[in-house]
Order: sequence, then structure tokens, then C-alpha cells
Amino acid sequence: MTLVLYRIDDRLIHGQVVVGWGQPLDIGFIVLVDDTVAAEEWEQELYRMGVPPEMEVYFHSGEDAIKHLAKYRSDPRAGILLTGDIATMRRLVDAKGITAVNVGGIHSASGRVQRLRYVFLTPAEERELRELAGRGVAVTAQDVPGARPVSLEDLLTGSEL
Amino acid sequence: MSSESTQSAQPTRHRAIVAGHGEFAAGLVSAVEQITGRGDQLIPIAVHKLGVADIEALLRERMIGEDVRVIFTDLQAGSCTMASRRILRGMDDAVLIAGANLPTLLDFLFAEGMSAPQAARHAAERGRAAIAVHGAGA
Repeated sequence: MTLVLYRIDDRLIHGQVVVGWGQPLDIGFIVLVDDTVAAEEWEQELYRMGVPPEMEVYFHSGEDAIKHLAKYRSDPRAGILLTGDIATMRRLVDAKGITAVNVGGIHSASGRVQRLRYVFLTPAEERELRELAGRGVAVTAQDVPGARPVSLEDLLTGSEL
Repeated sequence: MSSESTQSAQPTRHRAIVAGHGEFAAGLVSAVEQITGRGDQLIPIAVHKLGVADIEALLRERMIGEDVRVIFTDLQAGSCTMASRRILRGMDDAVLIAGANLPTLLDFLFAEGMSAPQAARHAAERGRAAIAVHGAGA
């Protein structure tokens, strides 16, 4: 197998990831790419305790993750790569090899406008998503496997809200 | 005004927060209220639209504002559990019960001779033991 899902989710590891995607995809590992978490051992332990013992979690900063992408892509297990924001995912896309990105959850914050039940975006973040698509990446929003994927156009117009 | 009506006007003291996915908290508290009439001792919190930092801020604000030191959550990997664990890191007198169910909350509310954190620990054991499997299906 390989990395089967590249997901932007500001909650990082949580129920939807571990159970919602983890169980049906038989996920064996999660690659969590976040500069803050990668720098704090306590935060890493917090996220490790949220996953079942058979699931491994690897932590990297954005820069460090790029060096390890090839290794995770050749892993015999199925894995999920998580970033907490669009900008970090964009850095990984620039390193090549990512053809599809899942917008799994970007929640309410100052300056953001609601576009889906689970996606709120600033104008700058909307531009970042368009830029990802402009690099040939298929960008869709989908919180859980059973939900219908929402195209980038429908996401940005808010027509699915 | 009678003393009886004066007493009934006093607000109920909240003893714990219940937080989790979807309407988990409101549903559990509704069930507690139907069974015991004590649902108003619990604060149900939903976090649909919130990011991690805002979930933590909301839970912290309610814990401090209501002087509550017990949080029940639904899932070990859930965002409410993660946020609660961050809060507990700086709050030595508080306790988090992750994976709470209805029997857990019922036991908690009737453990009146204990402090709220003690009652929560007791209730966690009762909730764990309350899961039973019936039937002969393999």
C-alpha cells in the first residue's frame, strides 16, 4: 500500500480520522505534519494516545516531512498524511507526487466564511486551494468516507451548505 | 413569597461537563433528565464548528466559570478529549472520563457522598461494567 489519503484537517488526529477513515481503509499508520506538534513531545504523546495500538503515528515538521515522503509512499501498509492547514499541504504538493487532496475540516475562526458544515475559509485560504488545483491536484471536501465528495467549485461557492 | 418558592428559584449547581461528537452530549443529558430529573446538573457542550484551540477555550471557560472539575467525553481520539487533556495539564484537581456512557453519568449523579472527581472515577468503573452482551450469536 502507500499513503492513500492526503487530508487537511485542523483537528489533526480525531474520531473521523482514526475511526471514520481509519477502519474502512484499514489504516496502519498516520503521518502528522505540523511544525508545532513536531516540536513538542507532550503533544505527540497526546495524539499517540488517541489511536489504537495497532496504528502507528509519525510526526514531522513541514520541511522534514518532504524528506520522508518517499519512504511512506513505499510502506506496505495503508497510511493517511495529515496537515492542519492548507499552506503546509501546499509545501508537500510542491515536493511532487500528490495528485489528490482531501479537505476534511477547517473550522470557524475570525475572518473565515462558512462554505460547508465543516469548512470555513478566509479569502486567502480560498486562493490557496485554487492554487493547489492549479497545480493539477484534485481538491475535494469530504469529512467522512460515507459522505459525497464536494468539488472545489461547489465548496468555494458554498452551494452545498 | 414562600420559602419553598425561594428555594426553587436557586440555580442548580453544575457538577460536570459532557462533550463529544454531534449531539452526543445533548442526547446523553436528555436521557439522564428523562431517567432521573437531574440532567440540569450536567452541562452539554457541542463543538460542531470549532477548531481545536476554540474547543479548548470553550471547555476551559465553562470549567472555570462554573467551577466544574469533571469532564465526560465520548471517544479517546476525539477532539473534546484532546482539548480536555490539554486543560487538565494545568488543573491538578480535575478529572476527565473518556468513553463515557449513560450508566456512567447515572452513577455519577447519584454518588452524592463523594467529591465530583471521586464520583467520576467511581462512575467510570460502573460504566465500564455496565456493558453486557446478550444472545448466542457468534
